[in-house]
Amino acid sequence: MELNEKLRILGDAAKYDAACTSSGTDRKGSRGSMGSAHASGICHSFAGDGRCISLLKVLLSNACAYDCAYCVNRRSNDVPRASFTPRELADLTMQFYRRNYIEGLFLSSGVIGTPDNTCEKMIAVLRILREEYRFRGYIHAKAIPGADPILIRHLGLLADRMSVNIEMPSSASLTRLAPNKTKKAILAPMDYMSQRIEENSRDLVRYRHAPKFAPAGQSTQMIIGASPETDYHILKLSEGLYRRYGLKRVFFSAYVPVVPHPLLPGADTPPPLWREHRLYQADWLLRFYGFDADELLDEEHAALHPYLDPKCHWALRHSGLFPLEVNRASHEELLRVPGIGAKSAWRILQARRACPLSWDALEKIGVVMKRAQYFLLCRGKRKPGLETRRNTLLAAMMSERERKRYLLESGEVQQLSLFEQETATFLSARRELESLPLPL
Amino acid sequence: MNQTALSYRYDGTFDGLMCCVFESYMKKELPTEILGPDAVEENLFGAKNILTNEANAQRVLRSIPAKIGHEAYDLVQLAFLTCLPKKELAILSFLRQGYHYGPRIMGFAGNETLYRLTEAVKHLQKEAHLLKGFIRFSIHQNVLIAAIGPKNFVLPFLARHFSERYPDEHLLIYDENHHMALVYRPYESAIIPMDEFRAAPPDKEEAAFRALWRTFYDAIEIKPRHNEKCRQTLMPKRYWKYMTEFAASTECVEITQHSTAFRPHPPVPATGKRRSGPHGL
Repeated sequence: MELNEKLRILGDAAKYDAACTSSGTDRKGSRGSMGSAHASGICHSFAGDGRCISLLKVLLSNACAYDCAYCVNRRSNDVPRASFTPRELADLTMQFYRRNYIEGLFLSSGVIGTPDNTCEKMIAVLRILREEYRFRGYIHAKAIPGADPILIRHLGLLADRMSVNIEMPSSASLTRLAPNKTKKAILAPMDYMSQRIEENSRDLVRYRHAPKFAPAGQSTQMIIGASPETDYHILKLSEGLYRRYGLKRVFFSAYVPVVPHPLLPGADTPPPLWREHRLYQADWLLRFYGFDADELLDEEHAALHPYLDPKCHWALRHSGLFPLEVNRASHEELLRVPGIGAKSAWRILQARRACPLSWDALEKIGVVMKRAQYFLLCRGKRKPGLETRRNTLLAAMMSERERKRYLLESGEVQQLSLFEQETATFLSARRELESLPLPL
Repeated sequence: MNQTALSYRYDGTFDGLMCCVFESYMKKELPTEILGPDAVEENLFGAKNILTNEANAQRVLRSIPAKIGHEAYDLVQLAFLTCLPKKELAILSFLRQGYHYGPRIMGFAGNETLYRLTEAVKHLQKEAHLLKGFIRFSIHQNVLIAAIGPKNFVLPFLARHFSERYPDEHLLIYDENHHMALVYRPYESAIIPMDEFRAAPPDKEEAAFRALWRTFYDAIEIKPRHNEKCRQTLMPKRYWKYMTEFAASTECVEITQHSTAFRPHPPVPATGKRRSGPHGL
């Protein structure tokens, strides 16, 4: 088969993996080799769906032995199959890298016969790159559940980041939709890798040249909307993964119907993009803003708000804590104000050392005043001319799209693309907005 | 202080601008305009020509970290590379305030001049970061060649990045807007003026890889999630014309299997002197 055709098939087969980050490793170039890695990561292009293209994201082979219902590469699906030879893929990576098309390689694969066999083939690619071509760019490798720990270890020593996809947010859904995978088989490599990474961080303190095991850490991904788990369940799970396995990222992937299946949403179901977006917003709150999953949601309110982002929603449910005096509030308090991000909170702390802050200064610091003005006092005073009507405040909390939807639906709810269940969610969300106490 | 309309004209170099600062202090005067060498003057009385004198420039340059701090020193140097309109006046105004207030100035969150300069520097750094990803090299006779059209003068950032990333390659990046080029060969680089540069059409191997990259670019999109606005926000259209994935498809030809072989570099002979990095800037 022609290389162009292979690349088309195997790139297409890999595109449902959300992660394309190249961050987490800082590695300088060195003479006699090619490549370097940038701690913040570098995006090289953006695809038509707006997702970053940083790595050459391909499968080594899509001839998979498994039969997972949600997966386009399932054994029983009739799609063209292709496989790269290790040499072919390594050469392609180097040629793309040399032209600055990519930051490195994201290597995943369907299960070629057995997990061990697949892992060995992946190791072969990475060894050509690292040892023969002395490639110092970024490599993200997928750990294949069920592979021997020795092989996983070998992969981890060659790659920057490792990941194993948790796929479904609960083991019941996993059993139902991915008969060849079990929760245990997925968590075992995750657990193994987190131990190696921790062990490695201790070794590196003692021996500067200790071989590095996945220096950019590990991540995982789960599919949203293919199974009935609630947002609360998903957030609790993510929080658990961050705490227990020290993951760098948990990615969410809105389910795009790829194969008809009685247990899955139908082919005309749009991917639940707004839900994925909300989950990422909540994920950021867990990682950078000091929130717990239990503060954002609970068993009774298990879905993230359709109109408000999780931070605004939290703040409005806790109006009693506001307004805060911006010149005295602690870092933790500032982080919880809508309109103040991690950066601007830090800048406020820096700037108020020089002199007390004014409203004008806050704006220059980068605080989104549209939202923050309702939650702050500056030198003991409200912002002059603050508009205090409920609808003005609520509109300020929403993005343009949410505001449009809110206004469109006020009066009567009619959006044909929504499911009945979702319509109910929107209705109750609307009722909640009308009764929330305001921080005024 | 003399407040009549006064213009300075300098040679467009950073040292030249420092001499303007020197002049402004020596003569106790505040120019309302600082013109580059080619700028058209609007001032009726003609602009005062400021000659660049290294000793004076050094005096000003040394005084910045001593009196206003290293943070201000970095800010001024970076601000000079930005595309901020009337950046020279803004830098002069910032330095005058800095000499007055000392290092505290960096904490003045509401200061208009500081705000304008930091925003401009952010813009510069963002553009430099984006271009580290968006640059596309074409390989002609084993030299990596790229053209860019940035608003800010980003070549110094790219020099450091690419000389480290491809230590054993020869490369040339041509900045169409500033008519400057970065040239690198192992292990030295230089940024030189270049009026015009036109790359040769891609050879067969080059065209084949462009075609492969386009194939990948098209395959990786999840079509039901198409989002044009998001793509253009993250990757503004002004960068597209330099990028392979958006080039006219006529440039892409069929690929042959053997052309993909990658030849590793021969090992570098050990040299007596050890250096920390490959970039000799």
